[in-house]
Amino acid sequence: MKRARNVAIVVLAAVFAISLLANFFAPAPYAMQFRDFISSPASRRFWLGTDELGRDRWSRLLYGTRISLLLAPAAALLSTTMAVLIGGVAGYLGGWWDRVVLRVIDIFLSIPWLFLFLIVRALLPLNTSPLTSVIVTFTVMGLLGWASPARIIRAGAQSLRGSDLVLHARACGCPGTRLLLVHIVPNLKPVVFAQFWISIPTFILGEASLGLIGLGVAEPLPSWGNLLRELANPRAVMSNPWILAPLVVLVVVVSCFQLLLPQKEFAS
Amino acid sequence: MRRMLIAFTIATTSLLAQWGGELRFCLHSDPKTFNPLMVEDEASETIRYLTGGVLIRVNRQSQELEPELATSWKISRRGQSITFQLRQGVVFSDGTPFSADDVAYTMHALMDPSLHSTTGDAFRSASGTVETQVLAADRVAIVFPAPVAGLERLFDQVPILSARSPKKEAAVLGPFVLAKYSPGMEVLLERNSYYWKTDASGRRLPYLDAIRLDIQQNRDIELMRFSRGELHLINNIDAESFSRLAQQAPSQAYDAGPSLESEMMWFNQNPNAPLPEYEKAWFRSKNFRRAVSSAINRADLCRVIYFGHAQPAAGPISPANRFWFRAQLKPHAYDPKEALAGLRQDGFHLKDGTLRDREGHPVEFSLITNSGNKARERMGAMVQQDLAAIGIKMNLVTLDFRSLIERISQNFRYEACLLGLTNYDLDPNSQMNVWLSSASNHQWYPNQPKPATTWEAEVDRLMEAQASTVVREKRKEYFDRVQEIASDEAPFIYLVNKNSLSAVSPKLQNVSPAMIRPQTYWNADSLVLGPAQLARNAR
Repeated sequence: MKRARNVAIVVLAAVFAISLLANFFAPAPYAMQFRDFISSPASRRFWLGTDELGRDRWSRLLYGTRISLLLAPAAALLSTTMAVLIGGVAGYLGGWWDRVVLRVIDIFLSIPWLFLFLIVRALLPLNTSPLTSVIVTFTVMGLLGWASPARIIRAGAQSLRGSDLVLHARACGCPGTRLLLVHIVPNLKPVVFAQFWISIPTFILGEASLGLIGLGVAEPLPSWGNLLRELANPRAVMSNPWILAPLVVLVVVVSCFQLLLPQKEFAS
Repeated sequence: MRRMLIAFTIATTSLLAQWGGELRFCLHSDPKTFNPLMVEDEASETIRYLTGGVLIRVNRQSQELEPELATSWKISRRGQSITFQLRQGVVFSDGTPFSADDVAYTMHALMDPSLHSTTGDAFRSASGTVETQVLAADRVAIVFPAPVAGLERLFDQVPILSARSPKKEAAVLGPFVLAKYSPGMEVLLERNSYYWKTDASGRRLPYLDAIRLDIQQNRDIELMRFSRGELHLINNIDAESFSRLAQQAPSQAYDAGPSLESEMMWFNQNPNAPLPEYEKAWFRSKNFRRAVSSAINRADLCRVIYFGHAQPAAGPISPANRFWFRAQLKPHAYDPKEALAGLRQDGFHLKDGTLRDREGHPVEFSLITNSGNKARERMGAMVQQDLAAIGIKMNLVTLDFRSLIERISQNFRYEACLLGLTNYDLDPNSQMNVWLSSASNHQWYPNQPKPATTWEAEVDRLMEAQASTVVREKRKEYFDRVQEIASDEAPFIYLVNKNSLSAVSPKLQNVSPAMIRPQTYWNADSLVLGPAQLARNAR
């Protein structure tokens, strides 16, 4: 298991490093259109072929990885932090506070938030740069994504509240804040980590869907989300299997993140 | 020669033709109405075309007028009235006889102001009532308060209703009759056994028993079903799917040449728009607009986005519109050097690869377009790269359609827009709401209280002159000048004219795809399903 985790660390480090050094590794700028080579197959010049505008897929994958690997975890961190604060405290305190939070979570999950993205897009100045636009998108996704993990974290905190461990600490006169920070939160770590890793691909795919309403990563900036949009055409996938590359990278990266989960604590 | 060949094919096929079979294709939404006078959407237009009987029909191939329920017609010298001689012995689908009273009833219903019919609006040349005089059972005259240019062509859109039938709009004179409608599922049209037309051998048309229209929004599923043989035609297919189909089954892919659809972009020239004054000055400059136009490689757009199934656009009228197209106009040539030279005349200059205006502002603007339209998004990305070559930074922003319409027609919070235009009507009168400076669709600066520029005043004058003239050639002269001004001033930067692309199953015979709508089933009464298909239907 340790070996697998080491491999995961190496792979993640390599992916991060290559994407951060995309300027160095990418053979062409991500927006450069080679119009005489549209939808070219993989070749020595274009390792992953070119897209429908003749842009080098390998270069776009490198730059897209950089965007997604930085922003999706950031959004996941934001949503998980909110979930810990809201769900963790609700589960620990219980009573009317817990009931209110649960209702709020239910309401929050039942509202279709797409309209909020439309409002955000309508309010954003049109000359907003693609990078600012994508940062805003991921921030909004992070702010909206807390409800689901909060429900799970609340359940974890609630079960810990009635555990022998906490009863013992309480019997020893441990004050409430210390009880929460020293005994509850550290024991919620596996659940919190799991929620964090699960959120990352959700945000990446969410960004891809938002692209359809113009809120994803704006052209010509690449991201895993808009690179994955090419897979919507099953015929293209059959004839050009190399367009699966962003999906492969996504699966590898998410799997590596999963391997890094604290397994022992999970088991406990 | 080509026309003779088509006529020969139709004649020989009709000799061999058999009755029967069910034609299947897709509507992309539910029809909003079955009242033929209230049609505004494409699905309802399909039903109207297939079920409605009209006095005069525009032949989609030749673009000439052909007698249908009227055997002949005559327009008065001033263009204020039209007299029709009607076909005798024609009956509606419920057996009610057709007469001049039905034409009078239809025109009365159409011009009823409380109906708010857009089809009727086309006939409103001035305030006042439209009078219909029944001269005999087979002769009727319609008198308008003022001359109506291109009057006879407008009757292509007016299906005649029965004045006496208890079935009202359900009694039709077209080749098919509405049999069943399952919302969200399908519309079934059955053969009108009273249809008046016969083939060369005297057999009553149509050949088909029925047309089943499946309601299917998803174009990919439509293409998949066509490939599986579940559909017989796709009337209007996008270039990417067409090119794929052309590779797999070339005999099923039809490119009829340029259609009436074009793609274009424009700059916001509205003086009340919440934009910096220096930007408004750029957009009002003809040199700036022409330079942007010259910096765009239209040939690349046609090749890359439309896989060669489009033509660089020169002006407001597509080459598909044979009579009104100004053949002398050429698309603005792709020439970045020429573009920069034009910009220099207005004080623009390049500094560190960035184009700046006389006061040093970097030239940067956003181009909005509707999200979800892949071709348009790609086109925006290509324009972005072309403009970067002359130092202009363009941000491409895709918006949902409602937000986009709000920006271009209500709050004017945008700088440039990329959209498409589809002309359903060949006559330039249908473009009055675009070219008149006071019109709401005069997109670069709509609803002007008075023309903002001398050239717009000139366009107003020419459009009004062509609309009040009856002589077609004189009207063409006026409208040619409008096209020249539009090309020279470039308020709309026309990019491409898309080709009319369709997919037709080899089982369907007598198909002759045309450039104008409805491209594939315009001769639905003559379409024949091959024997193989008939056998399958029988099983």
